[in-house]
Amino acid sequence: MQDFVAAKFEMAEYWHINSGLEERVKEFLAKKIEPDVVLQIDIPEKDFNIAGRGSSELKNLLKRLGVDSDILRRIAVASYEAEINVAAHSIGGKMISNVYDDLIYMQFIDNGPGISDIEQAMIPGYSTADDLVREFGFGAGLGLPNIKKNSDALHIESALGSPTLVEIIIFFLK
Amino acid sequence: MINLSDYVTAIKGINCTSALSLEGVKITGAYVCDMLSDVMGSAKPGQVWITIMKHLNIIAVASMTGIPAIIFAKGNEPDTAVIEKAIEEGIILISSKLPTFELAGKLYKLLNP
Repeated sequence: MQDFVAAKFEMAEYWHINSGLEERVKEFLAKKIEPDVVLQIDIPEKDFNIAGRGSSELKNLLKRLGVDSDILRRIAVASYEAEINVAAHSIGGKMISNVYDDLIYMQFIDNGPGISDIEQAMIPGYSTADDLVREFGFGAGLGLPNIKKNSDALHIESALGSPTLVEIIIFFLK
Repeated sequence: MINLSDYVTAIKGINCTSALSLEGVKITGAYVCDMLSDVMGSAKPGQVWITIMKHLNIIAVASMTGIPAIIFAKGNEPDTAVIEKAIEEGIILISSKLPTFELAGKLYKLLNP
């Protein structure tokens, strides 16, 4: 019985790493180097005017640093989708952007209520968005697939009743 | 590729962001959609975005996706807050009385004479 309860609250994990980049991602995560710049921004629940500010600030910073426009676009889309996800589906959270000289490592940490089935959430078109979210033109069920498409590495950790962690790595050079 | 100004003339469009000039802006096509994530997933930089959505988030979507101009169908016009944000981000907003189908059709014809 005890095992069953433990299993019920065990965090589920999802990993996607672009093929050929597994070693580079593993090496980066293992090294735990201090980032050059850290941007942190709170993401309130269901406030779609505020959601997007973190991505916009990050985009402007990376543009000034001279990041290639195609890469910048991938970072902007992935971070905006992730920010909207926190605003649309959680009770609020934060976005932490760790900027390195060769990559961006973004972390989105919310305060729950968690994803019950991550694999299902990854299916294009699957959405649990409510009417308010849909009224704003979100809720197409393409947020996580868009993040996956634009990221070099995507890591999700969540469980129903728990916070969700979404981590994204995008390299500045191919 | 055509001049945005030629397209705006063809659809009798009004530039809601008069602080931004159409001069020198080239467009390669359009993406037609009212779902924001689909636009971010499939629109290409240099394409205009034809939509009826006119709330603030469309500016962020256009900016993140590299869309130079948003075309509002059926006479939709964004409010001042949206226009101000668009000018700040350098996104041109055009309003036309034509429905989406005709807006897309006219652009297709200009690109493929």
